[in-house]
Amino acid sequence: MWKTILRRLLIMIPELIVLSILVFLLAKAMPGDPFTGTINPRASQAQIHHLMVIHGLYDPWYQQYWNWIVHLFHGDLGISYEYQEPVVDLIRQRGTNTLWLALFTMVLTYAIGLPLGIYAGRHEGKLQDTLVRIYTYVTMSIPFFVVLVIGIWIFGYTLNWFPTSGSISSQASGLGGSLISRLGHIILPGLLGALFGTVNIVQYLRSEVIDAKHSDYVRTARAKGVPMKDIYRHHIFRNSLLPIAAFAGYSITGLLGGSIFTEMVFSYPGMGLLFLNAINFRDYTVITALVLLYGFLNLMGTLLSDIALSIVDPRVRVE
Amino acid sequence: MASENKNSLLDVKGVSTAFKIGDNYYDAVSDVSLQVHHDEILAIVGESGCGKSTLATTIMGLHDPEETRISGEVNFEGTDLLKLDENGYNKIRGLKIGMIFQDPLSALNPLKRIEDQIQEVMIYHTKMTEKQRHDRVIELLNEVGIDDPQRTAHQFPHQLSGGMRQRIIIAIAIACKPDLIIADEPTTALDVTIQAQILDVLRDIQKENHAGIILITHDLGVVAETADQVAVMYAGQFVEQGSVEQIFNNPKHPYTRSLLRSMPQRDNERDELYVISGMVPSLQRMPKTGDRFAPRIPWIPAAAHEKNPVMHDLGSGHLVRCTCYKQFYFPDQVNKEGLSQ
Repeated sequence: MWKTILRRLLIMIPELIVLSILVFLLAKAMPGDPFTGTINPRASQAQIHHLMVIHGLYDPWYQQYWNWIVHLFHGDLGISYEYQEPVVDLIRQRGTNTLWLALFTMVLTYAIGLPLGIYAGRHEGKLQDTLVRIYTYVTMSIPFFVVLVIGIWIFGYTLNWFPTSGSISSQASGLGGSLISRLGHIILPGLLGALFGTVNIVQYLRSEVIDAKHSDYVRTARAKGVPMKDIYRHHIFRNSLLPIAAFAGYSITGLLGGSIFTEMVFSYPGMGLLFLNAINFRDYTVITALVLLYGFLNLMGTLLSDIALSIVDPRVRVE
Repeated sequence: MASENKNSLLDVKGVSTAFKIGDNYYDAVSDVSLQVHHDEILAIVGESGCGKSTLATTIMGLHDPEETRISGEVNFEGTDLLKLDENGYNKIRGLKIGMIFQDPLSALNPLKRIEDQIQEVMIYHTKMTEKQRHDRVIELLNEVGIDDPQRTAHQFPHQLSGGMRQRIIIAIAIACKPDLIIADEPTTALDVTIQAQILDVLRDIQKENHAGIILITHDLGVVAETADQVAVMYAGQFVEQGSVEQIFNNPKHPYTRSLLRSMPQRDNERDELYVISGMVPSLQRMPKTGDRFAPRIPWIPAAAHEKNPVMHDLGSGHLVRCTCYKQFYFPDQVNKEGLSQ
């Protein structure tokens, strides 16, 4: 088990190096120079040239890359053009908001998806199964943002149950108060996000349970005299979780990247909105930092998925 | 006749198993009767798709009642298994009847350790402690010829070879010393040297437990070597039943004779093996009446077949379906056999 994880971590090192080089070169290829917007626009060419020399921008790319990496390790990702704030601080604030929403959405997704998928698979072809399938088909065929807008209209404006924008109320005070306010802001977007997130899980799990039900090892278990309800517990459930485990890592890190739709509709100041704004305003330092972060999250996603899979499936472990 | 024998362990009477396809039911097994006694190996032979495995899973009660219709009697130690509910069956399966499956690669749960998979059957049928179960697992693994039982017990199925996995499946089937073992093509997925070892293991176990064994196979060599009684199955029906000597030395039914003739033999002078022309009809196309084997021996006149073929007793337990065997000859042996009848 530990060997598997160690091996996976070692594989990640070259992946990270390649990723950072690619992101760096992409950033270099972007138009403009680092001083636009930060110095007096009437500065002469000679002055700019002087600044370029001071900041080492005429050095060969690998030397610049090295400088960048060193800064990166010191937590310095540059200053946002748009917000005039260190990018790291920006990501920290937005990241916290997204983390709250992501964790909440994820817990809900699995809490709804796992039982529903198993339930549908277990009652394959019966009324219960049909109802679950209608739910998944309906959810799958409606565009996500439409549901978000309808949701915010009904529960936000009409019923006034939940706040319609932001991540925390400005009137919230004290630890308890701010906690409740934060929770109030994520319930609706989290719930709607989870309703959509469950569709994949339900569909996968349902077909896995049906497959497992007809598998040879289940027949072997029946021939041992094991009652069907125990076969579900000991054989079918765990075996059906394999594909879920395989994409669990991705879905977690995907959520951490922030959902652009949800954050747009709910004006929720998270990572997705930050990224969208950065693109609109050509905020290069933020874009570079976020692309690097998303790349890193993706790698972490595969790592988490591999670990999750090796926990449930002995066949992928390195012994 | 054997059916009169009150001591038979398993007495199957007129069992038919029909599968639901669309809105209709089609017989995969029709009107099968057989007896198995302690210390006896009954081999059921027939080509793929003839209903051998369906018969086995019918005896084991593994069919979904919503998809199948089963009639007849499966008397096992005085109880008709077909009258049992799922709970009643669960008390018999694994404890009184053990089943060995065809494909050792998929018959074990890939995510569970060997030890847990063997222990499972004891958990449901015995009051043994964890320690006792572990000891029994090691004992069983020794019995089925695993070299390093302690190590193997902790391994997962994917770490074992096909032959070893088949031994594990046998260990599961015999863990509670069942009176009846149903082995559904236990050696089909294995290479020849392993086949012989597996059959040896089965025979050794039988000597020890005095179990009755139903050995399902399409390998006539295996039958000749291991079986006491033989039932030849074609298109869901038994066409000939008898002792291994009766079947191999004095085969009657055209299908049995064709099968034996299509078997490669060292002293076979012919270059080519005999081929039974045609195919087994699919379930939906099975003729409702008449001899099901008739279309595959078209040179035998229709009048030779019975309208509704039944089993005829030739004495000392030798049964054959349909009277057409009396007029059967191979097309290339007209003078030798066709006229000799």
